[in-house]
Amino acid sequence: MNRILAIIERDLRRFRRSPTLIIVSMIMPLVQLVVLGYAFGGKVKHLTVGVVDEDHGVPAVKLKEMFQAVAANARTFETVPYTDQGSAVRDLRDGKLNAVLNIPPQFSRKMLASVNPKIALMEDNTDQFAAAALEGTLNQMLVPYNQKPPAPRLPSGATLSVVEIYPYVPYIQYLLPGTIVLAIFVSAMIGGGIIFIDDKARGLHEGYLVTPISKFELILGFNLSGAAKAVIAGLVLVIFGSLIAGIPDPFNVPRLLRMVLLVIATSLALISMMFLLMVRVSDPLVPRATFGVLNTVLFFPSGAVYPINAFPLWMKVIAVVDPFTYAVRGFKALALKNTGLLAILPDLGFLVGFTIIAMAAATLLFRRTL
Amino acid sequence: MLDVEVENLRKCFGDFCAVDGLSFTVAHGEVFGLLGPNGAGKSTLIRMLTTLVPPTSGTARINGFDIIKAANQVRRSIGVIPQAMTSDLDLSAEENMGIFAKLYGIPSDKRQRTIQELLAAVDLAQWADKPVKMFSGGMRRRLEIARGLVHEPKIFFLDEPTTGLDPVSRVAVWEMLTRLKRERDLTILVTTHYMDEADKLCDRIAIIDHGKLVALDSPLKLKASIPGKNILEVSFSKIPADWLQALKSLPEVADVKSDDQVFRILSNNGPRTTVALMEAARQANVSVASLSVQSTTLDDVFVHYTGHQLRDTLQAPAGYSTAFMYERK
Repeated sequence: MNRILAIIERDLRRFRRSPTLIIVSMIMPLVQLVVLGYAFGGKVKHLTVGVVDEDHGVPAVKLKEMFQAVAANARTFETVPYTDQGSAVRDLRDGKLNAVLNIPPQFSRKMLASVNPKIALMEDNTDQFAAAALEGTLNQMLVPYNQKPPAPRLPSGATLSVVEIYPYVPYIQYLLPGTIVLAIFVSAMIGGGIIFIDDKARGLHEGYLVTPISKFELILGFNLSGAAKAVIAGLVLVIFGSLIAGIPDPFNVPRLLRMVLLVIATSLALISMMFLLMVRVSDPLVPRATFGVLNTVLFFPSGAVYPINAFPLWMKVIAVVDPFTYAVRGFKALALKNTGLLAILPDLGFLVGFTIIAMAAATLLFRRTL
Repeated sequence: MLDVEVENLRKCFGDFCAVDGLSFTVAHGEVFGLLGPNGAGKSTLIRMLTTLVPPTSGTARINGFDIIKAANQVRRSIGVIPQAMTSDLDLSAEENMGIFAKLYGIPSDKRQRTIQELLAAVDLAQWADKPVKMFSGGMRRRLEIARGLVHEPKIFFLDEPTTGLDPVSRVAVWEMLTRLKRERDLTILVTTHYMDEADKLCDRIAIIDHGKLVALDSPLKLKASIPGKNILEVSFSKIPADWLQALKSLPEVADVKSDDQVFRILSNNGPRTTVALMEAARQANVSVASLSVQSTTLDDVFVHYTGHQLRDTLQAPAGYSTAFMYERK
């Protein structure tokens, strides 16, 4: 036991004296949370739409007034009047406009005659997010525009009433579970990957191997010290990430305790996976070359940034074996739904099982000689 | 009593044998030097004896324990200073020692006392709480020597302990080793390619080349075993025909070797051969471009037994690349 503690002590002392390492493994994921959370979560605003009115009738003027109202209130788009369609389309192709709206001749006449006139929307569909936002706003706007005389008292068709069982979850909160897991993973990559291999290359492990320490003690020591650092990084994210993301009641003690348990299980799973991957690696360039890809392969299929249901089959297969998936699902349940321990038991179970298998395999593969 | 017994030890990497059937013994209390150029197999031999590399065939016993069957007992009996400096730069000298004391299972009541004694023994007591990254190369090496002794081993293995150190630090390290050996009743097995160090400090020297043992004896006996007491290194403005034969026929000459323009004359009486050489050169109308006369050294012994001086050769695979690693000294 003393030998295992010696390995942990050495690692944690080094960690404490490396402020850069602490910043990289704790602050960077927080920055990522803020940047990604706001980069994907906000509403699209201030698009520029050219309006070509070839009609000039009263219904067309009414329509343009509604555009002005959107520009003044929701600010999804601002309109720029054009007298001819050619120059508007040219500006659209030059990237000066996001879309061009054409109110064709005879629009007012057809409107008044109720023969379903059409408005043309030419959009820059290279940016699908902006195009979708624009289409959505315009469709919404056309509903009141098209409003007919009052409907009958008794509705004749079925309608859907939506009941949201949790408070509104902005994207930054949706992203928080993934970011916590990512912080733990970054720690595992640095501690279990880069530092482990660098120490090996510098001959530090040679010093260990000439002592009477056993293979299992070495692996357990490396894993526990790596996990301890990952737990610290995970807890920083749980506390500060929750505050930044605006999780309701972030210091709810029973939930925090459940989160700590999940942070520990996730740290052990990810660090043992890292050791298993690196157990036979000796070249210090290998972890550096593989970690970018590994990060992508594990993080994105986990449902951290987008629902797994939307993935193709091969990505769903990765999600099934990826410990990220279970950690992210567990943190989502705790942070966004404030569930009890029972709800995350299957996820905890997978992480613990994964740790045992990975650590056993790493011990079998570990060479106690050079 | 024999502390190290090596029997026909081999380590091959594919077709290449870094250590090729070595056998020797080291008695208790000896300072035993393994001498050879880079790639001779010294480090591979040390790594096998310290249980870091399994041998391909043969065996060895350290302190009576077999290196394969009783590896843990071997590890408890030995202190090892590897070629690379392996102390933790971010930790203090005391912390580095403490970690290893725990790895060797030294009880806590004894740990602190042993560490302080050893740091004092290597003149680092005043820097005990300073991070190792502030240490010079010599200080780091001394710390590693102290670290290797933290569990009071009987046998001390040092792999090129003075490589990369300045001359003053080299002397300091050797003086320290000599003192520690005396105070702690150690058997020391050391590899080096500094012939002068081996000459002064080792009781016996094994010369290894291409993984084989080519000579083994005390420095004095090794020097006496080669012909000639003096070496004349001489070069000439021009070399007449049959000049090599003429040099060989000079009085007291045991042997002459030529390396391009430089002739190495092994003589039993340096001054007498020198006078005769100058006279022969005058008669042949040849002027001497350079001349040095020196006593036989281990370099000469090495050249005699291996037929060459230091040279580049294939080494055993290092296991991992350290080329780009950055270390502050």
